[in-house]
Amino acid sequence: MSGVMKRMGMIFRAKANKALDRAEDPRETLDYSYQKQLELLQKVRRGVADVATSRKRLELQLNQLQQQSTKLEDQGRKALALGREDLAREALSRRAALQQQVTDLQTQHATLQGEEEKLTLAAQRLQAKVDAFRTKKETIKATYTAAQAQTRIGEAFSGISEEMGDVGLAIQRAEDKTAQLQARAGAIDELLASGALDDPTGMAKDDIAAELDRISGGTDVELELQRMKAELAGGSPQQAIEGGTGQGQTQQQPQDTPRFDKQ
Amino acid sequence: MIVRIMGEGQVQLDDSHLVELNKLDDELLEEMESGDEAGFRRTLGALLDSVRRLGTPLPDDALEPSELILPSPDATLDEVRQMLGDEGLIPG
Repeated sequence: MSGVMKRMGMIFRAKANKALDRAEDPRETLDYSYQKQLELLQKVRRGVADVATSRKRLELQLNQLQQQSTKLEDQGRKALALGREDLAREALSRRAALQQQVTDLQTQHATLQGEEEKLTLAAQRLQAKVDAFRTKKETIKATYTAAQAQTRIGEAFSGISEEMGDVGLAIQRAEDKTAQLQARAGAIDELLASGALDDPTGMAKDDIAAELDRISGGTDVELELQRMKAELAGGSPQQAIEGGTGQGQTQQQPQDTPRFDKQ
Repeated sequence: MIVRIMGEGQVQLDDSHLVELNKLDDELLEEMESGDEAGFRRTLGALLDSVRRLGTPLPDDALEPSELILPSPDATLDEVRQMLGDEGLIPG
């Protein structure tokens, strides 16, 4: 267990776990990660632009060389027409040297073009990836915000960013923690309502609110009792109010929709 | 086994290739520790090539935790050393 691959993997995991221990807003982490990805994308795009510029410069050079080459050919022809074979020979040998340069430049040009295509493709792939991440990130953030609003406790979680290691891990962490937070929200709400748990964040309902909750909780029980009685009696004013469907349906559970399910 | 090449993406690798990759990986660590920049570049390139050659790329939108992580192809010896150093990958 000593290679770079493994050590990097281990460090990422250790850091991720450590980050989890620190209460940290995952939305910031996700945003940071997205920012980093955008920067990376920008870098790749600059790379594409640089290569394209070099390619164009090469094309200009090639054009010039080819013009010179044509000019030398014309001069050779003229010299020959004037009976100056020595001059014609000189012109043609210069042209041959130029042709060699043209061939070299053409090879370079092809290489650059290949490079440019590869980079363009990479930029497109990265763009797709960044877009996918953004969507995912926003979903997670919305879910998280909802869960947090419900629990109203300072619990938070953390992920690590792509720059720090691994988008997948970050998202899974965020998702796991959000789900966990939602589950806890239900439990904690109940405990707080029952008075078994003091709210450590100081955001507990005051006495009046708690009393109100208790009363409304009691009302629910009363309503439920009434409904059951009505059902037993075979008819129900309650059902008329709610537009209840079917008398045989005993599955109505008005209390079974806690707030945290609403997202 | 899922290997991430930083800045590039993830590939799915059969565990049977691990022996071959491990050799390069250990070599890379040695070169890093001895400060052999040229060797580091060469081995990193070879290691990344092998991973790409032996692995199947995961789609960009696949979200799988990486089991092994490799530096990006253009990472320098110093950058990798810093990542593996005490400060770790996440500053602070």
